[in-house]
Amino acid sequence: MLPNMSLQEKSQKTAHPSGDNRFKLLDRAITKHQGRGDSLIEILHVAQGIFGYLENDLLIYVAHAIKLPISRVYGVATFYHFFNLKPNGEHTFVLCMGTACYVKGAEQIQNALEEHHHCKFGQTTKDNKVSFITARCVGSCGLAPVAVLDNAVVGKLTRDESIKRVEQMRNSVKATEQTVQEVVV
Amino acid sequence: MAIKTLTIDGDQYSAQEGETILTVMRQHNIPIPTLCHLEGLSTVGACRLCVVQVEGIPKLLPACTTRVEEGMVIHTATDKLKKYRRMIIALLASEGNHVCAVCVANNHCELQELAYQVGLVRVRYPYLFPKKSLDATHKEYVMDRNRCVLCTRCVRVCDEVEGAHVWDVAGRGINCEIVTGLDDAWGKTETCTSCGKCVMVCPTGALFEKGVTVAEMEKQKGFLKYIITARQKKEWVSFTDGQ
Amino acid sequence: MTIEDLQELSEQEQQRQSEKKHRILYCSAAGCVSCGSDNVSAMLKTKVKEHTLEKECEVIGTGCMGLCGEGPLVKVQSDNILYQNVDEVTASQIVESHILNGKRVEKNICDTSAPFFASQTKIVLENCGRINSESIDEYVAALGYEALGKALTEMQPHDVIEEIRKSGLRGRGGAGYSTGLKWGIVRKAHGEQKYIVCNADEGDPGAFMDRSVLEGDPHRVLEGMAIAGYAVGASQGYVYCRAEYPLAIERLKLAIKQAEKIGLLGNRILESQFNFRIDIRIGAGAFVCGEETALIASIEGRRGNPRTRPPYPSEKGLWGMPTVINNVETFANVAPIIRNGSDWFSKIGTEKSKGTKVFALAGNIRNTGLIEVPMGIPLRKIIFDIGGGTPEGQEFKAAQTGGPSGGCIPNEHLDLPVDYESLLAVGSFMGSGGLIVMDSTSRMVDVAKFFMQFCMDESCGKCIPCRVGTRHIYGLLDKISKKKATQDDLTLLEELCVMVKETSLCGLGQGAPNPVISTLRFFRHEYEQLLQPVETYLGGEVEVADFEK
Repeated sequence: MLPNMSLQEKSQKTAHPSGDNRFKLLDRAITKHQGRGDSLIEILHVAQGIFGYLENDLLIYVAHAIKLPISRVYGVATFYHFFNLKPNGEHTFVLCMGTACYVKGAEQIQNALEEHHHCKFGQTTKDNKVSFITARCVGSCGLAPVAVLDNAVVGKLTRDESIKRVEQMRNSVKATEQTVQEVVV
Repeated sequence: MAIKTLTIDGDQYSAQEGETILTVMRQHNIPIPTLCHLEGLSTVGACRLCVVQVEGIPKLLPACTTRVEEGMVIHTATDKLKKYRRMIIALLASEGNHVCAVCVANNHCELQELAYQVGLVRVRYPYLFPKKSLDATHKEYVMDRNRCVLCTRCVRVCDEVEGAHVWDVAGRGINCEIVTGLDDAWGKTETCTSCGKCVMVCPTGALFEKGVTVAEMEKQKGFLKYIITARQKKEWVSFTDGQ
Repeated sequence: MTIEDLQELSEQEQQRQSEKKHRILYCSAAGCVSCGSDNVSAMLKTKVKEHTLEKECEVIGTGCMGLCGEGPLVKVQSDNILYQNVDEVTASQIVESHILNGKRVEKNICDTSAPFFASQTKIVLENCGRINSESIDEYVAALGYEALGKALTEMQPHDVIEEIRKSGLRGRGGAGYSTGLKWGIVRKAHGEQKYIVCNADEGDPGAFMDRSVLEGDPHRVLEGMAIAGYAVGASQGYVYCRAEYPLAIERLKLAIKQAEKIGLLGNRILESQFNFRIDIRIGAGAFVCGEETALIASIEGRRGNPRTRPPYPSEKGLWGMPTVINNVETFANVAPIIRNGSDWFSKIGTEKSKGTKVFALAGNIRNTGLIEVPMGIPLRKIIFDIGGGTPEGQEFKAAQTGGPSGGCIPNEHLDLPVDYESLLAVGSFMGSGGLIVMDSTSRMVDVAKFFMQFCMDESCGKCIPCRVGTRHIYGLLDKISKKKATQDDLTLLEELCVMVKETSLCGLGQGAPNPVISTLRFFRHEYEQLLQPVETYLGGEVEVADFEK
């Protein structure tokens, strides 16, 4: 994984025992919260920011680090919809299902997308390109119906427009490397 | 401690400050159904079966968490309350897969008991027949989520009395489930001490001992009072199951 | 920093601003950002640079300017001209034609004398769209932190509480409890530590008021919290903000850093003995966490399960300590009340509901966006004057307030004054201020179903009536909307609604049936139209089962 020996030697001194240096970022956040159990949600946010989603080993790691029962950490992670326990597809299409968007026809967009791309909301397309997610109001009600496409808010959507957008996403070339998001601490 | 006087269903009672309505009712053998409440565990006020009407307060209050106040006038068994209790049990019956005829806890089941108590004769809501899992990986016990009513007694007893916190609630809303670890197999959980407390406090046949068959799973809840008394008063007195 | 330093900072900033000939403001709130205000601002800045106008002209990002539906919005503050639907071309025209040659770009000018702007009274939003939302200097220049200074130097804590109580300010989160009374209870309650919590978990679908305040004027909220902290004797505050509002979180973080840097937060604020820190806690997508006891559980790092009240958080809140929980808009009202006095505030509004209310107008209405109106204004005025009514050719049907716990208000009740009591009387709810307009294309059964699905998904699962009850109500509504239900189902639905409302543990469950109850009250015929005649029921499948041992 590491390009040359000297670098490897260097990093071995500072590397995380697991070999994955992303854990160092996580450790920093845990230290910042003094390893307190009540910071669980904050730490899960950081963990998801670094790793993209919360896999089982990560949850166990967090549980041990802040000295909480594993089942409690799992209970919290599954309670809040913001936490993903499975990785998302390459792209995300988050359709707002707030009242304003609903009144302006978000449901029709949902049905059209599900039909056209053979993928239900809450799931990822078979080619692992796009995850369809519904959201509870992204707060841009003035532009209803709204969707968040890979973190960019798109307002005044139509059925055709959204189908087109998803097609573009599915046809896009795989991003070279997923950039580690800036750690939210 | 100040003494408070209150009226329950027309009769006057006195109680100590800080006591809950439910405590007073139990002391005087006034019947009221409860499910999530279990003496010796923390109260959560979740099942809503023990809601009572207090005059002057527009909302219904759960007897298990509401503390007595001077001059409270409480109604515990109005027609409306009885109807609501029936509806709550009916909701529970429709939520899980409760088939008494093949259940290990048949005749020893608190849900069944409650159904009799509140006079439930039929469930008007469509049964949801959820697809729930069964975990038989533990060497002594079985967890059948089909029969779980999410009272969280097992979660609380494991955390508060045994101190192991093997169980917790995962998911939310109608998809809530009681899980061990990361929804792992119970048998693989390192933290479980196999003490069996969760099995004994479970009101239904959701948690039971391996090897029992229909109607054989009797729950003994006296141990909880035994432990609590021993811990708090340093007295080792046995309690026969009165629950 | 002393209070004199604050004064000086304010004067310096005012001086700096007056030296600029033109201030071009662009809306940098989420609504406009999502329709491309970033490109517009970039173009404005490029053009200003190109024509070397930097000295006399500055380009500033502000909070929400209100008319979100016509964004991106740009305002030339010096001439008080608002441009709507600005694209990059218009942006360059604004600089080259308006700023350079004094010739306005007529086609994009927004009529600010229209009722949308003229009928509003701005207290909470007074700075939104007027100052740079990322600059503490500009906030200070707009009389910011003056109220905190006044409270710390001229007032005793109980004076502050008395002032807030006299103003008649009520919680803007929905239930409308008197803010002054709440603070008074916390002040009297015993606890080694007390906390101030700002509820910014604005989960109502269709509401974006708190977001706009946090994005446009974050210091106002911090100042309100600090004043609350001083009044009740708390030294720690938390803002619990939704994870869905990254921009608001970013601006809040920046604002806290700025305020700490110049000694307006932290230890010995304005050289007084008062210490107050504010931290941000980020929610994780659970509507129920807007309920105060669930919010506390969430800040403590647990599942957002509400607990029974009493004890109320004002006695036993965060970590068992007395805690003030108010929402964003409530805190945003605090500083102006302290600055201008309670008499000034209590003159606005009705007898029982004082001040203003911010509404987020959305749905089938011409002017979507953010408005602030005095309490007691008729709903008709909000919808038809300010909101401009429904779009051409569509007939107004109902207005929905209060989010998933609220109700639908039909045409015949539109002259109702908007205040806490009047809305309750027609079976709706003030809520946090989402106002969704529905026209004749909306089927009320579907609307009720939509809200019930929301409540079902957001139910925490702790208490039985809400967990299972909302599921069955949803099922019954679905059955009705698919024309498979009978009169019996409707009866069952109504019974279940009342029961869930009365027996649920927290506000979510208690409010969940409201959309159904209110649509049944005003649009019962729409339900009945969809029912099956009884005959088919008798011959059809039986969904009644016996529960035997």
